[in-house]
Amino acid sequence: MLDYGPDAILMAGLDGRNWRLKDYEAREGYAALRRLLKEGVAPDAVIAEVKKSALRGRGGAGFPTGLKWSFMPRQYAGAKYLVCNSDEGEPGTCKDRDLLRYNPHAVIEGMIIAGYAMGATAGYNYIHGEIWAVYEQFEEALKEAYDAGYLGKDILGSGFRFELYAHAGYGAYIVGEETAMLESLEGKKGQPRFKPPFPASYGLYGKPTTVNNTETLAAVPWIMRHGADAFLALGRPNNGGTKIFSVTGHVNRPGNYEVKLGTPFAQLLEMAGGVRGGRKLKAVIPGGSSMPVLPAATMLATDMDYDSIAKAGSMLGSGAVIVMDETTCMVRALERLSYFYFEESCGQCTPCREGTGWLYRVVHRIENGQGRREDLALLDDVSDNIAGRTICALGDAAALPVKSFLKHFRDEFVHHVEHQRCLVQGAEIEPKWGRAGAHALPAVKEAA
Amino acid sequence: MLSAESLKKIDREVAKYPPDRKQSAVMAALIVAQDEKGWLSTEVMDFVAQYLGMAPVAVHEVASFYTMYNRQPTGTHKLTICTCLPCGLQGALAAADHLRKRLGIDFNETTPDGWFTLKEGECMGACAMAPVVLVDNKRMCDYMTNEKLDALVDELSRKS
Repeated sequence: MLDYGPDAILMAGLDGRNWRLKDYEAREGYAALRRLLKEGVAPDAVIAEVKKSALRGRGGAGFPTGLKWSFMPRQYAGAKYLVCNSDEGEPGTCKDRDLLRYNPHAVIEGMIIAGYAMGATAGYNYIHGEIWAVYEQFEEALKEAYDAGYLGKDILGSGFRFELYAHAGYGAYIVGEETAMLESLEGKKGQPRFKPPFPASYGLYGKPTTVNNTETLAAVPWIMRHGADAFLALGRPNNGGTKIFSVTGHVNRPGNYEVKLGTPFAQLLEMAGGVRGGRKLKAVIPGGSSMPVLPAATMLATDMDYDSIAKAGSMLGSGAVIVMDETTCMVRALERLSYFYFEESCGQCTPCREGTGWLYRVVHRIENGQGRREDLALLDDVSDNIAGRTICALGDAAALPVKSFLKHFRDEFVHHVEHQRCLVQGAEIEPKWGRAGAHALPAVKEAA
Repeated sequence: MLSAESLKKIDREVAKYPPDRKQSAVMAALIVAQDEKGWLSTEVMDFVAQYLGMAPVAVHEVASFYTMYNRQPTGTHKLTICTCLPCGLQGALAAADHLRKRLGIDFNETTPDGWFTLKEGECMGACAMAPVVLVDNKRMCDYMTNEKLDALVDELSRKS
C-alpha cells in the first residue's frame, strides 16, 4: 500500500496497481457523476457546491475553483472547453504524476463533472512530456472510461456529451501558464497571451475555456460525493480540503504527503522523516521554486494553508516544499534556481528574456568568487525591473526567489563577494564541476 | 518520408482535435516523427508541415521551442539527467558526475562510438524520486544510485 499519510482522501487506498476503472469504482468512483446525471442536478448547483467547499487551485495561484467556473458564459452556442493542466514542471512538484499514475480516474471523473457544471463540450488533459509512461497510461484509462459509457456522446444515457483527450507536452516549463498552454494546444510555441481577455471568454480556439490543475479536478468527485461542508471541514475556512505536498531536498523521506490544509509545517516535516542526518533546518521554499524562501524559524511557526503561508511571507503555490539544511550554500542554491528561469523564459517579454539571463550571470559570478560589491544592489534592481513588467508570472517567479534569498540570507552573498568563498563550511550542494561548458554565456555589456 | 505506421499514429492524434484544427496535432506528429527518425531534419519538419497543412516555419518554431525535440542527430541513446535545485539537494549532481565519468563525456556531448548523448534537463516533475534520468525521452528512471546508473549504462550498451 502506498502511504500518503493518515489524512489522505485523493491518494487513499492506492497500492500502485489499483488504478483501473474497476478498482476506482470499488472506491466509490464515478458514484458522484452517476448521481448528478441520474438526479439531473443543475450545473449551477454543482458550481455552488464547489464554491462552498473553498476548493482553491492546486497548481500555484490558489484561485477559488468555483468562482473560476462561474466565469464561463452559461448561454453560449458552440464549443466550450475544459483543460486539465498536468504539465507539472515547477521544480519541487511531483504530485500530479502520482495522481495520474495511481488514480487517473479521479482526474477523469473530476473533469467530466467540471465539464457538466460549465457546459463544456470537450476537455484536454495536457500532460508533461517527460512522464511519457503516465501519458500512455492515461490514454488507457480514457479508453476504459469511454467503454464504460462515462465519456462520449450520451453519457450514461443522460444526453450529456463530453469528449476527453490527452495531449502530451514536450519540454517547456512555461506551458504550465494557462494561456501558454492554450497556445501550445493550438499547435504553436507556448508563449503566454496578454490578458484580458481571459480564457473564460477567449480561450482554446477562441472559445470559452477553463484551465484547472490536475489535483484541483481530482478533488471534485470527493466534494460531490461527501458534500462541500465535509471538504471544507477537512481544512480551514477559505482553505478547504487536503493538499498533496511534495517534500523534497534534505529530508530523510522525500515524497508526496497528503495532509489537511492547516497542518503545521513541523508535522509535515516529521512525516517526511525530519531533516536528513539529524541536521538543523536552515530554510524552506514552501510552494515550489517560484515562491519566496523562508528561514527555518518562520516555517516552523507556520501552518500549511494558503492564508497562513501568505501571512508568513511566501505562497503555498503548487505545494512543493523544498527543504534545505544547515549545510546548504544559499548562493549556490539561488544560482541553480536562477539558471532554471533563464533557461525557461519564453523570450516574449524583454524584461524577462534579458533580465533572467542577467540575474543568472550575476549570481553565477558571485558564486564563482567574481562578485562585485555593487552586485547585491544590482540583483535587487534587476529583479524589481522584471517583476510586474511581463505578460505572465514567470518574470515574478524569477524575481521572487532572488529578492527573498537576498532578504533572508544577505550575509552569505556578502561573504561570497568579500571572501570569494562560502560562508557555509562544507556546503553540500557544491558540485565538483560547474555548469556544463555549453552554458558558458556570451559576455553581455551591462549598464554601468 | 514517414512510415505508414507513423502516419497512422499521427492520424490518431489529428482526430483528437476539431477537423479545422489539425495544427493542434503538430507536437504529437513531431514526437512520432522523431521516434521513427531519431531526430528532426528540415526535410522531416517540412513533411510534417505539408501533412498538417501548416507553414514550414510554424513547424520549425514548435520544434525549436520545446526542448525534447532533437534538432540534431544524437547518439543511439540520449540520457537526460535533471539537475534542478530539489534534485540537486538529493544527490543529482553527484549522480551526474558519476554518469559523466562513466561515459567519459560532458553534457551536450556524444561518446566517440556514437552510442550515448548526455544532456542536462530541467524539472521533470519527479523531484522526490531524485536522481532522475530520462532515457530517450520516453523512459524515466528514478532513485538513481551509482549502482543503478551503472546497470542502466550496461543495459543500454548491449548492442543487440
